[in-house]
Amino acid sequence: MPEPAAATIKEPSHGYQLRVVQEVLLALLATKASHGYELRARLQLALGPLAEALNAGQVYVTLSRLEKAGSVTSERVGQSDRPDRKVYELSAAGRERVAEWLKDTSWPKPAPAEFHLKLVAAAAAGLADPVRLVDVQRHALLAELAAAQRAALADPDGSVAGLLLEGVVLRLQADLRWLEACGRYWTDTKGRR
Amino acid sequence: MSVIESPPRTGVVVRAHALEKEYGEGEGVVQALDAVELEVAPGETVAVMGPSGCGKSTLLHLLGGLERPSAGEVWLAGRRIDRLSEKALARMRRQAIGFVFQAFHLMDELTALENVELPALLAGRTPRAARRRATELLDQVGLADRADHLPSALSGGQRQRVAIGRALSNEPLLVLADEPTGNLDTAATLDVLRLLDSLRSAGQTLVIVTHEERVAATADRLISMRDGAFVEETRLTRGSTGRLGELAGLES
Repeated sequence: MPEPAAATIKEPSHGYQLRVVQEVLLALLATKASHGYELRARLQLALGPLAEALNAGQVYVTLSRLEKAGSVTSERVGQSDRPDRKVYELSAAGRERVAEWLKDTSWPKPAPAEFHLKLVAAAAAGLADPVRLVDVQRHALLAELAAAQRAALADPDGSVAGLLLEGVVLRLQADLRWLEACGRYWTDTKGRR
Repeated sequence: MSVIESPPRTGVVVRAHALEKEYGEGEGVVQALDAVELEVAPGETVAVMGPSGCGKSTLLHLLGGLERPSAGEVWLAGRRIDRLSEKALARMRRQAIGFVFQAFHLMDELTALENVELPALLAGRTPRAARRRATELLDQVGLADRADHLPSALSGGQRQRVAIGRALSNEPLLVLADEPTGNLDTAATLDVLRLLDSLRSAGQTLVIVTHEERVAATADRLISMRDGAFVEETRLTRGSTGRLGELAGLES
């Protein structure tokens, strides 16, 4: 599956980058022209507590990139009491890119192979007890589940960002269920040796 | 659901030292607990996980004085309890410990309110004080409007919330919960875990034995057991959301 172009862009500054931020900003501009501050506020609302981890300047940097690439056009709008602000509008090329993104079904992949092979190799070489490795890994994921769940419980009921946190919680639960299966398998294997 | 009050206290609430438990005799002897050491601080919530038969429920029974150890010691609030007489042990359980079980164990012929006030009455509180406390607790578990319902008229999640209210009736030093969501569907599990999380915030000392990851994730500290022993222990501190960003697909 080819990565979207945005994945290759690495910002020099600190903070988390949204892999598909170019596409998201373009999509948010699809119904009406907006300025950067407004777009950032909409992203923050959607991400809730996770927005804290997002790089603050990324929206502005990305907008100027999109303008250079011809996906958006901008117009300076004067304000009486503040400096001018730029209002961005989606171009025809940008509109096409949004349509492509909406059709794209690529999905970030969970990666059980790496851990699976770690267990197999550890057991084969007698380097470590795979059951212990599973226990330690489960605790690492449970600590993450605890953080996600506390963020979700702190969020107001029914918020859109809560839906995102629920996604994080459910994926961790799926991974934990698989680790439980790993624990059972390697416990039984140990019993047979 | 409002915050549930609990009395201030210092020192270790419950302590297990060199705890052993064997079942059966001779060839058939099963070591259910093996050299377990545990200290639970005031206001701390501890979750214990592990496969079936790992000894986690046995541990809970020993901490609550429902069973006696084969060897080792159990201390509750500075008092050794594993050698108390049956009578003293029963009194200690009534006054200092609140139990929450998988199967709720409510009295079928009593209303929700009567179930919650029963432990306070048994501990010798006046009917008026017991009623006042039970009314408060039902409100705190979000069931004020179900006070006059019999357990049979309540959903599983509601029954477990009544049982949690009952466990808090005597302002216990320690609440022990054995698979509190074991019989519940997802929505009811979420209600109960919100309630457990509010108990944690309110500083209730709590030990939960559970299979359910989301319930375990409400605790301050997580312990995994295997074959009667502790094998892994982790503090589930309130961390940053940094790694969460990564899990949600915000890449660094």
